[in-house]
Amino acid sequence: MSSRDRILARVRTAVADAPAAPAITRDYLTSHTPDDPVAVLDLLHENLADYRAVVHRTDAAGPLITELLAARGSGSVLVPDGLPREWLSGATAVRIDDTPDSTAAELDAVDSVVTGCALAIAETGTIVLDAGPGQGRRRISLVPDHHICVVRVPDQVVASVPQAMSRLDPRRPLTWISGPSATSDIELDRVEGVHGPRTLEVVLLSG
Amino acid sequence: MSGTFVGMPAFPPFPRAAHDAVRDTTLRGNLRHATHTIRDKRAKAVAELADWQQLREAGKRIKDDTLRHLDRYLVQLEESVTAAGGTVHWAADADEANRIVADLIKATGETEVVKVKSMATQEIGLNEALAAEGIHAYETDLAELIVQLGDDRPSHILVPAIHRNRGEIRDIFLEKMGSWGRPAPDGLTDTPADLAEAARLHLREKFLRAKVGISGANFMVAETGTLVVFESEGNGRMCLTLPETLISVVGIEKVVPTWQDLEVFLQTLPRSSTAERMNPYTSMWTGTADGDGPQTFHLVLLDNGRTDALADDIGRQALRCIRCSACLNVCPVYERAGGHAYGSVYPGPIGAILTPQLRGTTSGIDASLPYASSLCGACYEVCPVAIDIPEVLVHLREKVAGQGGRGHRLEKAAMKAVGWAMDRPAVMAAGERAMARTRALHPKRPPGAQAWTDSRDLPELPEAPFRDWWKKNRT
Repeated sequence: MSSRDRILARVRTAVADAPAAPAITRDYLTSHTPDDPVAVLDLLHENLADYRAVVHRTDAAGPLITELLAARGSGSVLVPDGLPREWLSGATAVRIDDTPDSTAAELDAVDSVVTGCALAIAETGTIVLDAGPGQGRRRISLVPDHHICVVRVPDQVVASVPQAMSRLDPRRPLTWISGPSATSDIELDRVEGVHGPRTLEVVLLSG
Repeated sequence: MSGTFVGMPAFPPFPRAAHDAVRDTTLRGNLRHATHTIRDKRAKAVAELADWQQLREAGKRIKDDTLRHLDRYLVQLEESVTAAGGTVHWAADADEANRIVADLIKATGETEVVKVKSMATQEIGLNEALAAEGIHAYETDLAELIVQLGDDRPSHILVPAIHRNRGEIRDIFLEKMGSWGRPAPDGLTDTPADLAEAARLHLREKFLRAKVGISGANFMVAETGTLVVFESEGNGRMCLTLPETLISVVGIEKVVPTWQDLEVFLQTLPRSSTAERMNPYTSMWTGTADGDGPQTFHLVLLDNGRTDALADDIGRQALRCIRCSACLNVCPVYERAGGHAYGSVYPGPIGAILTPQLRGTTSGIDASLPYASSLCGACYEVCPVAIDIPEVLVHLREKVAGQGGRGHRLEKAAMKAVGWAMDRPAVMAAGERAMARTRALHPKRPPGAQAWTDSRDLPELPEAPFRDWWKKNRT
């Protein structure tokens, strides 16, 4: 008998006389926020900032991103496939394409990365990347120390986790990001900046 | 499967281990500081959600439904993961899981792996098993790193090095990092930011060259084959995306039926564990993705005593546990005794009900764990999947008492005698009178019951039994 069959047989024996499980209830809220795009956006801004993401609002991504890269002194920037051209049109940093062949060590030498996202969740201050156009492979938003992420407002902003789940595709690799890398491992106190990007800048792009 | 291995060698029973731990004033100070910090924060994070009780009830029912039909969901999960490009393995116990993982690593030709913090791999002693095969497993979670470098044992589910304060952590880094890889920077201070930076530098080279990653998972979705890892530091993302091969070892109870079910736990787990609205990073992957992340994915489904717990009508609710560790943080016993006293990778209230069910109650430590509680109920209050821990503790105490042992035999004999006498009023009255008349002769500490009378005296008997007093004074 294989271990698979043994485990399944043990499970069946274990629950054979168990009572039926009560039906799953879903009377929890689908959102905790008033259905008002302005309030939802303000909440997203507030919660992103609360976990130490640097938040910017603009209706022209290109000039702002140029300024952010220059302010940081970034000499190189990772560019995922499908990133809108105008977002980096003014930047002087050397552009490095996200390719399957680049090694982790090569990515580690890049200063910054600019990506879009699949959506952002206001109640938790979270951006979700799904490796779609303008987002690239999961590792590019991980290895460089500086991540600029553009959120299109209001299309990509949802209020709550349940609203986000119904819009995401589980077949895609998903990365949920809530602020820069952090740890609570020293005396259960939160400290920002461990292995992921230590600086996360979120650009809320309207229009 | 009473011999199931849960991560640690033989340990003294809880009362003895706790007795030593409470005298360690540094340990008590560290634990008090950490648990009190997180308690208040958790309460605040939970209070933000007006529907917390509904989420808690939904989480409980999702897990109960999963457990009731676990065979069906496991088969469905296997199909989904396989269809998405993964390979599923089944391990009945720790040895089999360790064997499978070691063989998979050997097949890649690699001799080192990077690990995401995982309770399941701690439970089965994977690192030790791999070391015996010449494979180095590097822990990459900060707290796990502290434990590994310090040749220490984990003492908390979420923060395995909770028993260490910043000064101790700095000393471990300065002393040990050099022999594992990049040494700690000269002049390292004990500020948490500097310590985190030292860990970043130390582990970076290991991440960048890693070919094999090992993880657990917080959830697995039967419907889609998706695995989910919640983390904070980014070490998880490194291990899940940079290597060519990913091996995930996950307990069979970690499955949930549907994608939508995750929306409940994505709200309750971060708030219950790190007291955050959301933890910094959550990774979700379904099999393999073309050109993105590991191109080979293995899932090892682990039983290791879980089906024993599943067979217990009252005890099976422990398998709902999502390993948030809120119950540890509120527990007055844990706060004073610390995690090591529980002699298992699962300490605290949840450990007191989970470990004896996974391992059985034949050893001294396992038989003592159901008593490692004052039954105050704080653990049940904060549990995000409503595990009635006190109920299971009492149930397990009954089981332990039922299996005998010297103390229990005496207690049972005494209770049986009392029961017989109380059924017979005349016998009872005569016995009471005899006891009252001979009271000057009764020892304060009856022989054979030292464990009980060490901290208690027997009550003094009155001059006359109540029945006689009643007759005299009321008639």
